[in-house]
Amino acid sequence: MIFEVFRQERKGQAFQHAGSIAAPDGTFAEAYAREQYGRRGESTALWVVPRSAVHEITDFVDELERNYHRVDGYSIKAKLKEARAAAEGGHRVRASVSAGADS
Amino acid sequence: MGEQELLEYVQSGGQVETGDPMPDEYRARLIKFIEMHANSELMGVLPEREWILRAPSLQRKLALTAKVQDEVGHAQLIYRVVEDLGKPRSACLDDLISGRSKFHNVFHYPTKTWGDVGVIAWLVDAAAIISQKALLKCSYAPYARIMKKICWEESFHILHGRDVILTLVNGTEGQRQLVQEALDRWWGPLMQFHGNPLRAEDDPTYRWRIKSQANEDARQQFLDGYVPQIWELGLTVPDPKLRKGDDDVWQYTEPDWDELRHVVTGHGPKTAERLDLRRAARASSAWVRSVVLAEAA
Repeated sequence: MIFEVFRQERKGQAFQHAGSIAAPDGTFAEAYAREQYGRRGESTALWVVPRSAVHEITDFVDELERNYHRVDGYSIKAKLKEARAAAEGGHRVRASVSAGADS
Repeated sequence: MGEQELLEYVQSGGQVETGDPMPDEYRARLIKFIEMHANSELMGVLPEREWILRAPSLQRKLALTAKVQDEVGHAQLIYRVVEDLGKPRSACLDDLISGRSKFHNVFHYPTKTWGDVGVIAWLVDAAAIISQKALLKCSYAPYARIMKKICWEESFHILHGRDVILTLVNGTEGQRQLVQEALDRWWGPLMQFHGNPLRAEDDPTYRWRIKSQANEDARQQFLDGYVPQIWELGLTVPDPKLRKGDDDVWQYTEPDWDELRHVVTGHGPKTAERLDLRRAARASSAWVRSVVLAEAA
């Protein structure tokens, strides 16, 4: 059997894939994983998972182009420029109105 | 991806995973290259193993044992990569012991004295690390990832080798002589280690970005890093032509490429004996595999 080994380098860190080992069963897999990925104290924890239990997904379709839930779905720059320009125009109008009221 | 497409992909830094479709030529080149590396890790422990019982102190015995364990572990990890590419480990071992596949030139030579053990651990490992570091960028990602762990462990081996050498050169005149004689024996094979100066563009393993440097670049890097360290200890490199040119390129006597070819095709001074040992070990441990596999079934 093939087992995938994930290791955590320090407490609190994410587990990362370390490599795979071939072993006849879980007991041997544990022994091999300890020797390959833990004998120098380089890991705080290991996950040893039969490869057959790993369900890999690599196709991510976005048929509807749902970009509204991503940052690249928002083009702030152009809109902000427009809003700023409008606000500046408005100021001038308001300023001239108040100047007129003064005189 | 077709062959041309994948070539362009890897040449622009793209990496390939196990399940990705790949052209036959790429897969075949990967298997051949990576299998040879695994064979070398496995055969590389034999010259050192001969010295575990003869090491000069308990500390040295333990360190040498740990190093042997590391190298065998590397072989297991690398054979795993080959297995995922489609060639089972048992087939790799069959091909190794029958002489159908190759292993690195330096592991075909005898270790005459403890000085040889020091030179192997220091300089042979140094030469190997230069090749291995260049594999961290390999286009086949599972191999590149496993090289990270391997390079990490190799750095301890180099220090162990340096420590052995420094202890000897600080010792008696006889001990210093052991180092010089071992260096004289190993210099030829070391200069052959990175292979003939094939241009990177003509090297298929470079074209597929399995390797990321040309043979000569690796050798120059080795000379640059280690010749000054050898000289610093008052040792002599047995090559009267060795010098760094004004263009910063090392000049040296042409390595004996016929010897390299002869040795790696199975005609080294220790090839037959070491393969016999590997064959005997495989036969004598067969019952363990059958028991373990029967229990697990």
